[in-house]
Amino acid sequence: MRDMVVVRREGLYCVPGQFYIDPWRPVERAVITHAHGDHARSGHRHYLTAEQGVNLLRSRLGPVHVSGLAYGEPVLHNGVTISLHPAGHVLGSAQVRLEHQGEVWVVSGDYKVETDSTCAPFEPVRCDTFITESTFGLPIYRWQPQQEIYDDINAWWGANAAQGRASVLLCYSLGKAQRLLSGLDPAIGPIVCHGAVQALNQLYRDEGVWLPPTVMVDQVPKGSLASALVIAPPSAAGSPWIRRFGDFSDAFASGWMRLRGARRRRGVDRGFVLSDHADWPGLLQAIAATGAQRVIATHGSVPVLVRWLQQQGLQASGFDTEYGDDEADEMPAIAPAAVNDDAGDAPPFQAAAHLAGALHA
Amino acid sequence: MRDFARLYAELDETTSTSRKLAALQAYFSSAAARDAAWAVYFLAGGKPRQAVPTKLLRQYAIEYADLDEWLFDECYDAVGDLAETIALILPPPRHPSEIGLADWIELGIAPLRGAAPDTVRSALFTYWDQLDTRERFLLVKLIGGGFRVGVSRLLVTRALSAIANQDSKLIAQRLMGWTDGGVSPTAAGFAQLTAAHTEQEHAQRGGQPYPFFLAHALERDPSTLGEIAHWQIEWKYDGMRAQLVRREGKNWLWSRGEDLITERFPELAALRLPEGTVLDGEILIWHGGSAPAPFAELQKRMGRKQVSARLLGELPAVMVAYDLLEQDGRDLRALPQAERRRLLEQFIGNLHCGPQLRLSPLIVADNWAALAEIRHQSRERGVEGMMLKAVDARYGVGRTKEAGAWWKWKIDPYSVDAVLIYAQSGHGRRASLYTDYTFAVWDESEGERKLVPFAKAYSGLSDAEIQQVDQAIRKTTIEKFGPVRSVAPSMVFEIGFEGIASSPRHKSGVAVRFPRILRRREDKRVEEADTLQSLKRLLPEVAPARLGYTHLPVTG
Repeated sequence: MRDMVVVRREGLYCVPGQFYIDPWRPVERAVITHAHGDHARSGHRHYLTAEQGVNLLRSRLGPVHVSGLAYGEPVLHNGVTISLHPAGHVLGSAQVRLEHQGEVWVVSGDYKVETDSTCAPFEPVRCDTFITESTFGLPIYRWQPQQEIYDDINAWWGANAAQGRASVLLCYSLGKAQRLLSGLDPAIGPIVCHGAVQALNQLYRDEGVWLPPTVMVDQVPKGSLASALVIAPPSAAGSPWIRRFGDFSDAFASGWMRLRGARRRRGVDRGFVLSDHADWPGLLQAIAATGAQRVIATHGSVPVLVRWLQQQGLQASGFDTEYGDDEADEMPAIAPAAVNDDAGDAPPFQAAAHLAGALHA
Repeated sequence: MRDFARLYAELDETTSTSRKLAALQAYFSSAAARDAAWAVYFLAGGKPRQAVPTKLLRQYAIEYADLDEWLFDECYDAVGDLAETIALILPPPRHPSEIGLADWIELGIAPLRGAAPDTVRSALFTYWDQLDTRERFLLVKLIGGGFRVGVSRLLVTRALSAIANQDSKLIAQRLMGWTDGGVSPTAAGFAQLTAAHTEQEHAQRGGQPYPFFLAHALERDPSTLGEIAHWQIEWKYDGMRAQLVRREGKNWLWSRGEDLITERFPELAALRLPEGTVLDGEILIWHGGSAPAPFAELQKRMGRKQVSARLLGELPAVMVAYDLLEQDGRDLRALPQAERRRLLEQFIGNLHCGPQLRLSPLIVADNWAALAEIRHQSRERGVEGMMLKAVDARYGVGRTKEAGAWWKWKIDPYSVDAVLIYAQSGHGRRASLYTDYTFAVWDESEGERKLVPFAKAYSGLSDAEIQQVDQAIRKTTIEKFGPVRSVAPSMVFEIGFEGIASSPRHKSGVAVRFPRILRRREDKRVEEADTLQSLKRLLPEVAPARLGYTHLPVTG
C-alpha cells in the first residue's frame, strides 16, 4: 500500500487528499495543527484549522482564508476523511486524523498529554500509522506535575514581592503565557503582561478560557510594580521596556530548563521546567495509546525515538523536515528553544537572529 | 541534604553576587553546625577523593533506571555531565528522607570508599530512592568527586564574616587549610571558624599557612606605575606557588590551592628551618645551570604522592623564596615589602642550607626602558616575565590592592595559526554546544603536508563566536565518535600558549602549556596555517646537565 503522508519540498503531504499539513512553503491547501510560527506559515491559499484556533491564526497571519473545524467533526476531501482531535498543546491545537480506504494515519503536530485549563485535553486517537513529534524524546525529560511548578512560581513571586522586587517571567507569548497565567495566585500582587501577551490573552478569553485579571504596565500605579509579576516574551529581555521594573528577579519557563546548562546559558535567576510538549514518558504513553504499528518521528530526538520504538517491535522511521537534522536532533538546548518550543514570537525566517540575540540576553 | 541542595540551586542559578551572599548567609545561619561545617568545606573548594569509580556509578544508574546503554549515552551527550544525567534519568524517589549533609557524607558516602561492588550497588539504590533530582545530582557529584559551585572562596568568607560578625580577614585566616583532604570538618570546627577573636588565635594555628597574597596582571605600560624606585622587581617563575611553614618542630608545605603537599617534596620537607617560620615562594625543578626546567617537568613530580629516589635525582625540586611572612613566630605581614625583603635576605643568608632553598634575585634597572630591555631575557631564563611589588606593600589577603599592589608583567604568549580538526561538546553552561576543540598544524617532514594535532583549547571565544563555530562544525562534520566530531579543515585560529616542551607522548612530539584561542583568523585559509617545524623552532635548548645531577644524596 502506498504511504498516505510523505515529505515533499513544501512540507508533509497527504498523497490521496492532495493537501499539506503544516507546510513550510506556500501551497494551495494547508491543514494547520496550531498557530505557532513554525507550523502556521503565511502564503497558503487556503487554511483549515480547529475552530478554537481560527482567531489565533488570523491574529498571527492577517486576513487569510481560514475554515474552522470542530474537534471530531469529519470532512471529506478527495476521498480522504479529515478530522481534528485535541493535541493539548495550545488553544486550538489539533492532531490531524486522515482516513482513506479503511486505513488511518494521524499527524500529531505538537502535543502534551498533561491536562491544563487553557486548552482541550490531548485525546488519544487509534490509528495504523502515527506521525509524532519528538521534541523532548530523551529519558532525561520528565516533567513534574504542573501544580508543583505553579506552586514554585507563586512562591518565587511571593518571596520577591516580600522583598519589594518585581518578578519577570519570560516565556513564549502564545500558549505558555496563558497556561502560566492560569496557575498564578492573583492575591500576591498585580499581574502585568507585555503587549504581545496581552493581545493573545484577549483571544483566549474570547474563546471562554478563564485567566486571572491582567493589566498593561501603564495601568499599574508605579508603587505597586514592586509586587507585580510580569509576563513577557524572551525578546523583551534587556529591552528598555523591561528595565523600568528596576531591580527585578527574572525567570524563564520552558522544558529546556530541565538542563542545568540550558538554564545557565539563559542567564536568569530561575528556570521553571514547564513545557507544552510531551515528556519522554508522555511520548511513549501517547504512542502506545494510538495502537499504531508504524510510527514516524518528526522534529526533535528522531534517531533516539526511532531506535527505541524499533526495539519495541514497532515499524519506526523518521521524517526529514526542512529544519535539517542538526538543530532538530542534536542541539536541543539552543535551537529548538526558539524554533520548536514555540517559534510563535519570531517570524519563522528570523528565528536564527532571534536566537543569537537570546544568547546575549 | 535538602537545604544544601536548595543553597546549591540558588548559588547556581543566580549571577548576582548580592543574592549569592544572601543565600549563603541564610544557609549558614540556619543549618546545623555539623552540616554547615561540611558545606564550608565544599563551597570553599574542598575536593574529596572519588568514593565510587565513575564506571560503577554509570553502570548502577543504568540498571536502576532500566535503560539501554545506548540510550544512557544519548542522554549523557545531551546533558554533558554524568551526575546530572544520572539525576535526571532515575525514576522519582519513593522514600524521601530528611538526612542532613554531614550524615550523608560521613555515614552514607564515606563507607562506599573501597566497598565491595555489591555493597555499593545496594547502597546507591537505597540512597537514590530517598532523594529528589537536585539532591541526587549533589550526591553523585559528592560521590564521584566532581563537586564544583559557582561561588568564590571570598564570598564564602564574606558570608561567614557577616554571620559571625568578625573581620573577614580573620575568617580567611581561619579558613586556611580547611579544605585539605586530610581534615574532616566538624561542628566544633565550624564553631571555631565563626567564634569571636581570641588572644590564642595564633597558638591554635598549627601548620596553617597564611592566605596567599595574589598579583594582578599588568595590562598597561609599567611607566604608568610611577617611579621605578618605588618597585621591588623580581622574575616571575613558572612553577608552583607554595608556603613553607615551620611550626611545632616540623615543616608543612602548602600549595596555593591549600593542599598539603609536604610529602610530595621530601627535599623541602627536610629543610631545617628555625621554629616559627613561614616562607612564600615558588617550587621549581632546577637541574643546575641558570634556568629552571620547564613546567612540564614539575608536573611529573606534582602528580606523585610517593616519590622514588630515582625521581628525586632526576627531577630535583627547589623553592625560590620571595617573601618572609613569619619569623620567630611573629606575623610579619603588616611590614612593608622592602622591610620583609631585608629580613628575608638576612634570614636566607644566615641559614646555610643547600641549593634547595634559594633567594629570588632582585632585578635592578635605572628606568622602565632599561627594565623592558632586561625583560627580553625572560624566555632564555625560563621565566614568564616579571613581578613588580610596591616597596611599601603589606602582604594582603587574596587579590587585593588595599595593602599595596603586586603586579605580574608577563611576556607575550607564543602564538601560532592552527586548524580546527576535532570538536567535542562542552560541559555545564556549554553542554550541547561544540566548544572543546583540537587544533593541528602542518607537518611537512615526510614530503607531503598533513595536519597533526598539537593542542586542545576551549576558552577565548565569545558566546556569539562559539555559536558560529558550532554551526560551522555541524556543517563540516566528517565523522562522529561518541561526543567527538572530526571536521573538514576549514577554520584557522590563532592559538596562544605560555610554554612549549618536547613530548614523546604527543603525536606532534611537542606539548604546549596553557593553550588558548586568541582569535579566529577568518582572513587565513587553512593552507596558510603554521607548520610543525616552525612550532618546534620555539622549543627551548635542552637543559644542560639534564641527567645525573642531584642535590640530595640518593639512597636505596
